[in-house]
Amino acid sequence: MSEVLLKAENVSIVFGGLKAVSDFDFYINKGELIGLIGPNGAGKTTAFNLITGVYQPTTGSIEFAGKSIVGKKPYEITQRGIARTFQNIRLFSELTVLDNVKIAFHSHVKYGLAETVFRVGRYFSEEKQIEEESMKLLKIFKLDGHAYDQAKNLPYGAQRRLEIARALAAKPKLLLLDEPAAGMNPQETKELMEMISWIRKEFGLTVLLIEHDMSLVMGICERIYVLEYGMIIANGTPKEIQENPEVIRAYLGGEA
Amino acid sequence: MNLLRKNDLIMLGLSLVIFAILQVLITTKVLTSFWELNLIIIGINVIMAVSLNLINGYTGQFSLGHAGFMAVGAYTGVVMTTFFHLPFIVAIIAGAVLAGLLGFLIGLPTLRLRGDYLAIATLGLGEIIRIVIMNLDYVGGAAGFKGITHHTNFAWVFLIMLFTLFVIKNFVNSSHGRACIAIRENEIAAEAMGINTTKYKVMAFTIGAAFAGVAGCLFGHNFYIISPGSFTFLASFNYLIMVVMGGLGSITGSIAGAFVVTFISAVLAPWPEFRMIIYALALILLMFYRPQGLFGYMEVTSMGIFRRIFKRGHES
Amino acid sequence: MDFLHQFVQQLINGVSLGSIYALIALGYTMIYGIIKLINFAHGDIYMVGAYIGFFAITRAGLSIVPALLISMVVTGILGMIVERLAYKPLRHAPRISVLITAIGVSFFLEYASMYFVSPTPRTFPEVIPSVAFNVGPFIVNGQQMLIMGITLVLMLILTYIVQKTKLGKAMRAASFDVETAQLMGINADRVISFTFCIGSALAAAAGVLVGVYYNSIDPLMGIMPGLKAFVAAVLGGIGILPGAVAGGIILGVIEALVSGFISSTFRDAAAFAILILVLLFKPSGIFGKNTREKV
Ligand SMILES: Nc1ncnc2c1ncn2[C@@H]1O[C@H](COP(=O)(O)OP(=O)(O)OP(=O)(O)O)[C@@H](O)[C@H]1O
Ligand SMILES: [Mg+2]
Repeated sequence: MSEVLLKAENVSIVFGGLKAVSDFDFYINKGELIGLIGPNGAGKTTAFNLITGVYQPTTGSIEFAGKSIVGKKPYEITQRGIARTFQNIRLFSELTVLDNVKIAFHSHVKYGLAETVFRVGRYFSEEKQIEEESMKLLKIFKLDGHAYDQAKNLPYGAQRRLEIARALAAKPKLLLLDEPAAGMNPQETKELMEMISWIRKEFGLTVLLIEHDMSLVMGICERIYVLEYGMIIANGTPKEIQENPEVIRAYLGGEA
Repeated sequence: MNLLRKNDLIMLGLSLVIFAILQVLITTKVLTSFWELNLIIIGINVIMAVSLNLINGYTGQFSLGHAGFMAVGAYTGVVMTTFFHLPFIVAIIAGAVLAGLLGFLIGLPTLRLRGDYLAIATLGLGEIIRIVIMNLDYVGGAAGFKGITHHTNFAWVFLIMLFTLFVIKNFVNSSHGRACIAIRENEIAAEAMGINTTKYKVMAFTIGAAFAGVAGCLFGHNFYIISPGSFTFLASFNYLIMVVMGGLGSITGSIAGAFVVTFISAVLAPWPEFRMIIYALALILLMFYRPQGLFGYMEVTSMGIFRRIFKRGHES
Repeated sequence: MDFLHQFVQQLINGVSLGSIYALIALGYTMIYGIIKLINFAHGDIYMVGAYIGFFAITRAGLSIVPALLISMVVTGILGMIVERLAYKPLRHAPRISVLITAIGVSFFLEYASMYFVSPTPRTFPEVIPSVAFNVGPFIVNGQQMLIMGITLVLMLILTYIVQKTKLGKAMRAASFDVETAQLMGINADRVISFTFCIGSALAAAAGVLVGVYYNSIDPLMGIMPGLKAFVAAVLGGIGILPGAVAGGIILGVIEALVSGFISSTFRDAAAFAILILVLLFKPSGIFGKNTREKV
């Protein structure tokens, strides 16, 4: 049997009376590509924020690689191997594209303060390695031509790709993508989805992907969870999801 | 990567040449003692501005209490040399350590605050430090600390300034410095990239405070008497002005800012009644025409002519 | 009993000093609420107000109330001029540049005043007979009555303006969200100008009252009270009008108590220490709402 990488049980969070996520039960096996879909305001982003430690669950447990991550700070969770992108792009916008990626190598840097200040020991070799690996990532996402541009001057689609490149630089085991195709045209979207499947294989990643548009995820995800009003109303293969009456009702509204 | 080391050496060489020229001018009395004093003040202000820039400009934490740490360094230093007869260098180190320690203790709880709230809290802490010193009879209270041996000279200031610039430049051009800059740019994203934001905010604040302590120690030993009145929040404003005038997040900018501010006030010294009026107007006009400061985020090493000397080493 | 007696007496002193902080803090907080600027020049506006009041009384021989009104009107206009000349051109500049400009304006007002009215302190004339009222065992002097009375009246007027008038409502809308307010047809420039006018007029009133209370004014008199008023505004929750008043009164009372029972040298330190403690437990001030950024 494949091994479980992330497991959430009974996770709920309340925002002043509103239960944004309730009794969230789910798991991801190592190597899977899972979709998390649901209508506007269903609680998808909130689920990401709970997994990455931005919010603390009111109840429930979350385990990553067999250890509980509830109560851990976001940076500790990233250091354990979960990296994410943001729905509302959060790049380091005044910095260069290259620096955006370099920053994310942070937790893998071994040189200490003394080596930094006096530029001895591992400083030069590690900085060189960071620069090379960053350029490699930028090349994968076709951003190497923009390496020295300010991130804020990139076109929208490129900014979304940079967010993914930056998350990968943190060398995660699990990658969380929050609507990575939002605002892209159909052609860009198609390329992005192909790229996601490709990097998953190339980096041996496990991926959890939020998408608004159901048809998009159908093609590439192995399993899909559907969220509505903070609750999981269905989970299964794309085919099962497509035929699930609950899901059809949630997406088409009342009648079905 | 040897390129970076080469750039460092070119910089060091250039600095030493400038130092030698100025030192000769001072020894041969071509520069009067008035201008020697101003060179010393510029050097001290550069240390203050660059260390404040690390906190405000690079890490984006709005601190208005920098003069408080300077006071701690100054008083620690003069106590070391005057009461304990320790060597000057020991006094400088002690000033740095004590100011840094205080920065750490203050930074830990207060750096949770954001923006203007942090600004007023640090301003208040700077004032508290000054008022406490004012009430310590051991160091002379409000009347000031008297009987200091004059240790500070141009050579000490220049070399320590160089050291400070070297340390802070290397810090900001490393993974640690990038962590600080990431916090300035977007704290939530920085945290999501595995950066312990609290640790780096406190680290920047501590390093900045320690160098303010160094500057304070140099400042304290430049006179025969120092008093708490030199370290009010208006002094902190003055260092902030240097940083913003030069450009937040630019070391070159902080040097320029410290130079321009000190130079303007030296040149206007003969007209005391107009000095501050002109200074105020200059400040307002500068903000109108260059709100991002003289250098923005730029460094001199990444500009036109210097590009050729300092080949692409991609230091920001 | 003796302790209690002194305590209440200090409380009375504290409230009158606090009223002055509150008047200055109101301007700080209104201006911050709309353009998010820590207007460090606000304390100097208060100083100018004190001087205008002083000249209205000594040169024009006016009595206190007309002098107060003239000072408020002239200083209110000065506030608008400062905004128009120094801050309006920077509406879209980084906030820190505007802050530095405010510091520049502050220096300018201080040193230009020094040039025109000389740096030596002036003795404020005695405008009301120095009477003392006995309220039970406690003493309230005439100046304190004047300060508290005028502060109360001004606050009632301000409440009316903000709650009932069109400009006042526009002001509240703009302090909530300038852009949305503009979309709803509010002329932001006019509202900002109006805010500076009211804030400066209140500061002017505080300046004249301080002259009456302490009998002495000088060009640098605005630095510390300006800072204290900012502390008061932050203490109460910056941008919140009742917060500024509460913050001002609390600060005044703390200072009076510390001066009375410990030592006046620690008065300022105590004010800052309280501020920092409050912020550590409630980072947005006493009346502020803790908002967190939505991710
Ligand atoms: N910090 C917060 N405070 C209060 N309510 C919140 C907070 N974060 C999210 N919510 C609420 O929780 C609910 C779920 O929001 P969430 O952002 O998770 O939805 P979503 O599924 O990601 O929607 P979308 O497709 O629009 O991105 C919404 O009603 C939202 O308003
Ligand atoms: Mg969302």
